[in-house]
Amino acid sequence: MSVVTDKTIICRCEDLTIEEIREWISKGYDGFEEIKRATRIGMGACQGRTCRRHLLIELARAGQKSPSDIDLSTFRPPTKPLKFGAITGVDKDE
Amino acid sequence: MNKTADVVVIGGGSIGCAVAYKLARLGFKNVVVLEKGYICRGSTGRCAAGIRQQWGTEMNCLISRYSIRQFEVMNEMLEYDGDVEFRQNGYLMVTYSDKEADMLRENLNLHKKLGIPVQFLSIDDVKEIVPVLNTERVVASTICMEDGQANPFKVTDAYYRAAKRLGVNFYTYTKVTGFKKQGEKISAVITDRGEIATSTVVNATGPYAKFISEMLGHQLPVEPERHQIVVTEPLDPFLKPLVMNFYHNSYCQQVVNGSILVGYGNPKEPKGVNYSCSWHFIRELAEKVIDQFPVMKDVNIIRHWSGHYGISPDGQPVLGTVPGVQGYYLALGCGKGFMLSPMIGELVAQCVAGKETTLPIDILNVERFEKGELIVEPAVV
Repeated sequence: MSVVTDKTIICRCEDLTIEEIREWISKGYDGFEEIKRATRIGMGACQGRTCRRHLLIELARAGQKSPSDIDLSTFRPPTKPLKFGAITGVDKDE
Repeated sequence: MNKTADVVVIGGGSIGCAVAYKLARLGFKNVVVLEKGYICRGSTGRCAAGIRQQWGTEMNCLISRYSIRQFEVMNEMLEYDGDVEFRQNGYLMVTYSDKEADMLRENLNLHKKLGIPVQFLSIDDVKEIVPVLNTERVVASTICMEDGQANPFKVTDAYYRAAKRLGVNFYTYTKVTGFKKQGEKISAVITDRGEIATSTVVNATGPYAKFISEMLGHQLPVEPERHQIVVTEPLDPFLKPLVMNFYHNSYCQQVVNGSILVGYGNPKEPKGVNYSCSWHFIRELAEKVIDQFPVMKDVNIIRHWSGHYGISPDGQPVLGTVPGVQGYYLALGCGKGFMLSPMIGELVAQCVAGKETTLPIDILNVERFEKGELIVEPAVV
């Protein structure tokens, strides 16, 4: 039995449900980059650490492709969130 | 893929989509847009989303003024079922030196003449509008509350969908590889997915414009110039206007989802296409941000990317016909394409249709570079 329902959140940073993502895919936003720009999926604080895999599976299912045939969106720096103060060193005495 | 087209627009950014939409509105039945990636892949999708009228040349002021009028009614005008997120939170210009302050004063005279509502601010006014701003070294400051921001993905999507409804054909992941010409006339566009017979081509490829021009045997002095931006975690609203600082060459603005977008222009940036992100940039930027907004030291950067201006020698758009290549039109915003896209779309479409343009665009023809008639924009970041 699947534990995934239409209302299951797949991007926690941007509050996106699987239903919303499927709707955008069916409107033709069926690539990683396109759907990211349409919905902000993966653009929150975690930068897609959880949702990237879920979206990959959804896109593969919708396009009847293997997940390995789907291009991922670009991985951008920084790898982890980084404070401005940590970069300049203003925090070093705290 | 279409075998023929009345007009082929190259570039699926805000300008390309706006030109295609306006062409369809003017009655062109067979318009094709070619995009080598996906819609919004290039400069539009990477830009800082700001929209301002506070420029230093009459044409930049006028094109942006007319564009803002269109952003104000864009959701209705394009019958968009989403929201292009146009917000008029203002642009606050900040200077630290007398020389920069003089530039603001000169610009202000121009704005008054053109009816753009720009106000000179006292330091107390600045403190009231942006309490978190360090005003220690501020010499002069202006604000225009009609300026603001919009969501570049949504604006482009709105034009894209409206154009599609009017019958425009979009081909994404389709790269232009060459052209066919008969004498000075264009006869076909060659792509990696086939050939389209057409007499008319609009180049809306921003930083890639010179490469398209080269394929047509035209030397275009518009160079790709890398610009980098970072975005922070979303925060509660605390920064109403975009703050543009001419000492730091930087801009900082809070967008609709609460994130802060911040970047600066590096005058030593070499010309060329370069999508890499540099540590040097982020190091300098952090200094600039904390100097202006000390509270930002505890704010997290979550993403860093780069994009390009297709920058002209005078920092002004390049619009209209091209001497020596018949049927070839340029639609280049030159570092401000997104914010000017509604009007560039209109003006270039009118030009292609042979109609009188809403604003006189001859002054922005590419010929000006050969003739040495540059009109330099001073207020660029």
